[in-house]
Amino acid sequence: MSIPILTLLVLVPLAGAIVASLMAKSSESVVKNVALVSSIATGLLSVWMLIKFPTGSAGFEFVSKHAWVSEWGISWHLGVDGISLFLVVLTGILFPLVIVGIDPHHDHKQYLVWMLVLEAGVMGSFLSLDLFLFFVFFEIVLVPMYFLIGKWGYDQRVYAATKFFIYTMAGSAFMLVGIVATAFLARRDIGHLSFDLIEIAEKSNFAAGTGRWLFVGFVIAFAVKVPLFPLHTWLPDAHTQAPTGGSVILAGVLLKMGTYGMLRFGVYLFPEAAVWAKPVLLTLAVIGIIYGAIAATMQKDLKRLVAYSSVAHLGFIVLGTFALTNQAITGGVMQMVNHGISTGALFLMVGMIYERRHTRVIAELKGIQAVAPIFAGFFTLIMLSSIGLPGLNGFVGEFLVLIGSFATARWWVVAATTGVILAALYLLWAYQRVFHGEPDEANKSFAEITKREAMLLSVFVAAIVFTGVYPKPMLNRIEPSVKSLLEHVESHSNYKQPEIKAGE
Amino acid sequence: MMLAANMFVGPAIDWFKISPLLVMLGGVLLLILAGSLTPQWKQGAYGVVGALTAAGSAVCTAMLWRDLGEGNPSSLLANALSFSKFSLFATFSVAVATLLAILVTSGFLVREGEDGPEVFALILSAAIGGMVMVQANDLIVMFLGLETLSLAFYLLTASSRGRSASGEAGLKYFVLGGFASAFFLYGVALVFGATGSTNVEKIATSLSKDTVLGGSSAMLLAGIALLLVGFGFKVSLVPFHTWTADVYQGAPTPVTALMGSVGKTAAFVALIRVFTVALSSRSDDWRPVVVVLAVLTLVVGSVLAVVQTDVKRMLAYSSISHAGFILVGLVAAGHSTSADADLGTSGALSYLFIYSILVVGTLGIVSVVAGKGDNETSLSAFKGLGKSNPVLAMGMTVLLLAQAGVPLTSGFVAKFGIIRAAVSTESYALAVVAMLAAVIAAFLYLRIMVSMWLSEGAESRDMATTISVKAAVAVCVGATLVLGFFPSLLLQFTNQI
Repeated sequence: MSIPILTLLVLVPLAGAIVASLMAKSSESVVKNVALVSSIATGLLSVWMLIKFPTGSAGFEFVSKHAWVSEWGISWHLGVDGISLFLVVLTGILFPLVIVGIDPHHDHKQYLVWMLVLEAGVMGSFLSLDLFLFFVFFEIVLVPMYFLIGKWGYDQRVYAATKFFIYTMAGSAFMLVGIVATAFLARRDIGHLSFDLIEIAEKSNFAAGTGRWLFVGFVIAFAVKVPLFPLHTWLPDAHTQAPTGGSVILAGVLLKMGTYGMLRFGVYLFPEAAVWAKPVLLTLAVIGIIYGAIAATMQKDLKRLVAYSSVAHLGFIVLGTFALTNQAITGGVMQMVNHGISTGALFLMVGMIYERRHTRVIAELKGIQAVAPIFAGFFTLIMLSSIGLPGLNGFVGEFLVLIGSFATARWWVVAATTGVILAALYLLWAYQRVFHGEPDEANKSFAEITKREAMLLSVFVAAIVFTGVYPKPMLNRIEPSVKSLLEHVESHSNYKQPEIKAGE
Repeated sequence: MMLAANMFVGPAIDWFKISPLLVMLGGVLLLILAGSLTPQWKQGAYGVVGALTAAGSAVCTAMLWRDLGEGNPSSLLANALSFSKFSLFATFSVAVATLLAILVTSGFLVREGEDGPEVFALILSAAIGGMVMVQANDLIVMFLGLETLSLAFYLLTASSRGRSASGEAGLKYFVLGGFASAFFLYGVALVFGATGSTNVEKIATSLSKDTVLGGSSAMLLAGIALLLVGFGFKVSLVPFHTWTADVYQGAPTPVTALMGSVGKTAAFVALIRVFTVALSSRSDDWRPVVVVLAVLTLVVGSVLAVVQTDVKRMLAYSSISHAGFILVGLVAAGHSTSADADLGTSGALSYLFIYSILVVGTLGIVSVVAGKGDNETSLSAFKGLGKSNPVLAMGMTVLLLAQAGVPLTSGFVAKFGIIRAAVSTESYALAVVAMLAAVIAAFLYLRIMVSMWLSEGAESRDMATTISVKAAVAVCVGATLVLGFFPSLLLQFTNQI
């Protein structure tokens, strides 16, 4: 590969941010165009990468590696495999959509600059194959997100932004110590100090006790990010107060950094510890599923409801991850992408409702279906995808997680399945209250969907339907990497996957 | 006559090797003599002389570093000063911090209409004191450096004649600082009593042979404790920190910057040298105490920083929290049996270098926001800065994020170096405490950022700056980012220490 495509995926949005920040505030339309061009270019690059990605490959592709801080054994090491592939594409496509489709209302220039910095950070997190580099991106993402929530959010924005920053940073504190300790302890096995993920994972041989401690350090950081019960309390605040664009990105890709990190850095680096911690993490995941669903049912604010539904959905991903079977992890990775699409779209639509009515309180909304049937139609479809209706994308991931986990985590799955039912309950009930009935005075003038909004949502709908009907291309690319990850786990611990006889 | 001449044989002096000190001294003499004998110079001219002096000193240090190459450390002036990569790097830090602080001071004095040679002569004197402290190979010489530094600081703190807070802070600092010096000197006396020498290396040799004079080590332990109290005061460790907030707040803002950079670097480097060289064989005795001090300093500093409402007080407490971080490096360096102990020393020195730049830049911006009279340092003075002066606010944001330890800034490199040292000597719990304290402290930096970017300003005030302040802040912000993206630029030097 002659073009360092992964490096470009990080640098193009960053370059866009730098160019945009140097422009005069008055030339707003030029700034917008710069942001648009760089985010669309990134999107196209990610799609091109997807096309070029060799199906069936299990290892890392398009690798680029350069020494960065050679004194500390740190390198600029990027690579993509089946697990990160679709997350990168999702990031590449979601950002231009948000930039085109959502109006921040004030200070456009700053908003766009932060968005682009955020994109570079997220891309970097999903592509890094160096522990130090990963930490840099993982942590740098906080800054743009902090400003996006704090400056363009709703009434309680400063509180929410600060809470988000402090919570995540506290989690990362453990991970940083964990990362340094990992590198130093692996030095004995490798022979020199290195922060390289692959080198450490393949060559190191931690004592069980050591590996477990390190694993805990990493998992705390990821559990805050996911967020896993009981570290989730920042999420409803951050989501409710964030501007629509921020919420879409937060739900769409930012939370996935946690679940992705668990797979890439938790399970891959410390297989033995992952097997050891399985019961605890599965339990927390299931508590998250049920608690998130119940809490969502109780919400009065539509956006908060969607936020709590995120807690439940991400519980499914964690359940799949630590069930440690091919199907469950593949389903988990699918679910990461699917949740990004459907919850991202839900936040987008909640934002549209707020634009029209300046309220998100469910009790104040009524009968919208009567005045805006197409709008209601879009909402229905996206909602059903979030519930996990067969034929739509949400079903594929959830089903694979449940079926794959059944063999290794039977009773957890039984409990988690109630979450599926509860998801139908809270979303359909919310739909009933908001869309059904006779619209009152305030809701009579609810505007029908605009052409621009419809085009924006069509992209999401297309992805929802295509993945739901024909998930095979995605699965074909995800599975080989998942398989090789599990082989790594099996060869580095005494864990064996149960044989599943039946074919696909 | 002949007899008298024979009785005193002066040591051989390698003049070039003490050139960083001599250049500074030349600058002081020039400013005092020429400054007092000639009529008022053109505005800012005193500052230019001061800045050139500090720059010259830094250049001399860099040349000495290059000349030393892979050479062995040696000592100068009959064993009074040490000459090594360690001492040269610390000298360089002091010179650079002095240069930046002088640039900030120059703009400040011009704005206040108090331009004159005295303040710059005092700053250069403080720098000489600091350099002597970091190079000292003898506890008595170190004390001379400490006193030179401290006396200059007392005067500088009280130098703002228009503000009563300045005089009050100066007096407070003087009284408490006097106590600390006494503790230090008493500690030196007891260590001398126990080992028979005040020379850093001779103390180490004497202790490694385990020959404590007088048969008991109680005297030595008491000496170590007193030294720690004296140093603890100077670098403001909890519980010897109570003066810090009042003095930082009361002193003219550029002087606060000087205290945070030069003062802290000099005292910390001296502390590290005494404890890791002279007292290294007793590290099992002092390390537990230092661990306790580090935890206290980290936690108390961060927590108290958060509840302040004045930015200078906030930065005072945050400097305490940073001191705790550096102390973690000392703990790592105290594991003298570990192969990685020197990571602690180099980590602490890089931290001091990086922090000096950050603190001068931050307080440089504070001095601009404070406006004429140097009074507007409350948190509300920063409200709406993002709107009224976005460039300044952006610079402040970078410096604050760096202090919080966000990656791609030099502050992260500094923190990473310390965590690396702590982990390599298996002080995992201490590393976690340090990182969590950094998270608490991050809340404070966020509060300032909220004020700047997310609050509406009352009314736009006059925030005139001069070119020298702009240059200093630009250099600080630039260095923060460049070192954040390319840590190797600094690490290639600190790795040699």
